[in-house]
Amino acid sequence: MENKTKSACDTCAHFNAEGLKKLGVKTDNYDFVVALAGNPNTGKSTVFNALTGLRQHTGNWPGKTVTRAEGGFEYNEQKYKLVDLPGTYSLLSTSEDEEVARNFILFGKPTVTVIVVDASRLERNLNLVLQILEITNNAVLCLNLIDEAERNTIKIDTRILAKDLGIPVIPTSARFLKGIPELIQTISDLANGKIQCKPRRIKNIPKNIEQSVQELSEKIEKEYPAISNSRWIAFRLLEGDPHIIEALKSGKLASNEF
Amino acid sequence: MSSKNIDDLIALSEELRWKIGDDFHDNLSESIYSDASKIVEDAVSKGDKKSNFRLDAKIDKVVTSRIWGFPIMLFILGFVLWLTIIGANYPSSWLASLLLDNIHPILKNLGTSIGFPWWLNGFLFDGVYLAVAWVVAVMLPPMAIFFPLFTLLEDFGYLPRVAFNMDNLFKKAGAHGKQALTMSMGFGCNAAGVVATRIIDSPRERLIAIITNNFSLCNGRWPTQILLATIFIGAVVPASYSSLASLSAVVGIAVLGIFFMFFFSWALSKTVLKGEVSTFNLELPPYRPPVFWKTIYTSLIDRTLIVLWRAVVFAAPAGAVIWLISNIFIGDQNIASWAINSLDGFGFLLGLNGVILLAYIVAIPANEIVIPTILMLTVMVTGSSGGVGNGVMFELDSVSATAGILTSGGWTLLTAVNVMLFSLLHNPCSTTIYTIYKETNSVKWTVVASVLPVIAGFIVTFLVAQVWRIFL
Repeated sequence: MENKTKSACDTCAHFNAEGLKKLGVKTDNYDFVVALAGNPNTGKSTVFNALTGLRQHTGNWPGKTVTRAEGGFEYNEQKYKLVDLPGTYSLLSTSEDEEVARNFILFGKPTVTVIVVDASRLERNLNLVLQILEITNNAVLCLNLIDEAERNTIKIDTRILAKDLGIPVIPTSARFLKGIPELIQTISDLANGKIQCKPRRIKNIPKNIEQSVQELSEKIEKEYPAISNSRWIAFRLLEGDPHIIEALKSGKLASNEF
Repeated sequence: MSSKNIDDLIALSEELRWKIGDDFHDNLSESIYSDASKIVEDAVSKGDKKSNFRLDAKIDKVVTSRIWGFPIMLFILGFVLWLTIIGANYPSSWLASLLLDNIHPILKNLGTSIGFPWWLNGFLFDGVYLAVAWVVAVMLPPMAIFFPLFTLLEDFGYLPRVAFNMDNLFKKAGAHGKQALTMSMGFGCNAAGVVATRIIDSPRERLIAIITNNFSLCNGRWPTQILLATIFIGAVVPASYSSLASLSAVVGIAVLGIFFMFFFSWALSKTVLKGEVSTFNLELPPYRPPVFWKTIYTSLIDRTLIVLWRAVVFAAPAGAVIWLISNIFIGDQNIASWAINSLDGFGFLLGLNGVILLAYIVAIPANEIVIPTILMLTVMVTGSSGGVGNGVMFELDSVSATAGILTSGGWTLLTAVNVMLFSLLHNPCSTTIYTIYKETNSVKWTVVASVLPVIAGFIVTFLVAQVWRIFL
């Protein structure tokens, strides 16, 4: 299959559209796992389809994707398995869709997490983004529906946003395949370590909580020196998340290098 | 790492949790929100033009208004059904004449010429092939119209507005407002509707949504409703009004289903599934003009063909069973006649008959084949000449011929009305039952979800039959 998308990147030396192969559901022997997370109704499934060439049905209502959908693509001879997670507003509650998303990002060890947000509703979407950035280091913000935002005269300075969040930011309009080549290139750069992220950690946490989190996360880091998201695990322990407690007990966390 | 250290860690976290108190979750969320607003302040600037939002708001004001919300919903449902009924006629009869009138005899002759024994020939071509062909001819055209239209509405962003309109009613019934979405999915396929209930967080409300999803008239049952309404309801009014009358009857049945859904949600939440109604945020997404052809394509591939394939897979063995029970004899009666005779008395009480009840038992795997099964069994019982032989499923070319068969089988307007009611109120198909089991992981709730609608169906048809016989 070919990718006919035309964009500024076609003239860009390191962009190689020829290297893209949409693999549909063939996801065996992959080199990297890419998770696709985001709020409901941000066009996650559309991004998923654009990347995999699958035509999973997308509906304009929140909560359409309730299970994980999987697909794949090949780029420059590396195979990527793409997992479309259920859309959630947050990762802090107990509902099933949030649990699926949360546990996959934490335990599924995706190499890269693509966070899809609605550019017109960035502030609300950032709630989830900031939580995900506590869990994973390797992420890219897909600023989707950018055409709608532009039509509503919303201007987003992607460079400031990228700097504040500490991850690359790619404006896209997945319905019209705009920005998808850039997104693929960024995913590939992240997966191959060409881009290093410095994800933002949540600030302004009240003192007493911050202290408890610090105390816990120091202990966690002492036990698991390889862990990079000890703060998130501390959050979850304070919340009493049974999955995290279970993972600590069974040593599942220890075997993971985040 | 030693397990003692882990226990210490967990103990520490519990201690700290006490120290922080209840506000941890709220405080953390607040920090995240204030962080987010700071980031947005720096990176986002807004122009003063807000035209698009304003148009959305204007549309929403009308379609979610107290006065217009429900009439518009009914009108849209009616319009989609009207297009489906009118539009499906032509391709349906074309497919029927191709698959049943032309290909079927060719296959039978082929079987005979290569020396199949009569039973294998009958089993394969009269049983399996005819069942499959009937499903394709009758189901494919309405699905190919109904599903894309539904999908276009979905992509446009209308479904969340439906949920918004109905939220208050669900709250009064003690159920979750998002059940409106799963209910809408059920209008396509109950199994899909049951899976969609995963968007409901509270287990109590999710169970209510699962158990009552079957009251959404599913795709397998729309054709039954449409056919019976056309034959019997359309016939009692002057010809010029007949399509309007049958359309209203079908919409009426669908609305009645919604009524029962509310009633049982309410009854369950007042009895075995007591609890608080949980609140939720429903985002009304902006209206988006659907990418037309892409939507048509995906809905054809994703819904129509998959549902059709499922129907075919179930119809084939069901066709075989029908053929077998009509051709295996115990004493001088075949199994089918024996079953029909034993069910007849009970059927009469319900304003139905033994044939219909047996058809519903045979058709548990797929609702789509109820009508052809009824026709086939009726022909066998009455010995009328329309049929091709024992256990041969068929679709008559014209609606009037079908009406003739049914009338000769003793059908009245009451029978038709009650079959329409029973088609709404009976057990879910086997796929849905299996899905319910997978989703709830509980035999008990699966049984409740399967039996509750049948009991409702028995009660409703019984009452209608008694009242009808007294007053009409």
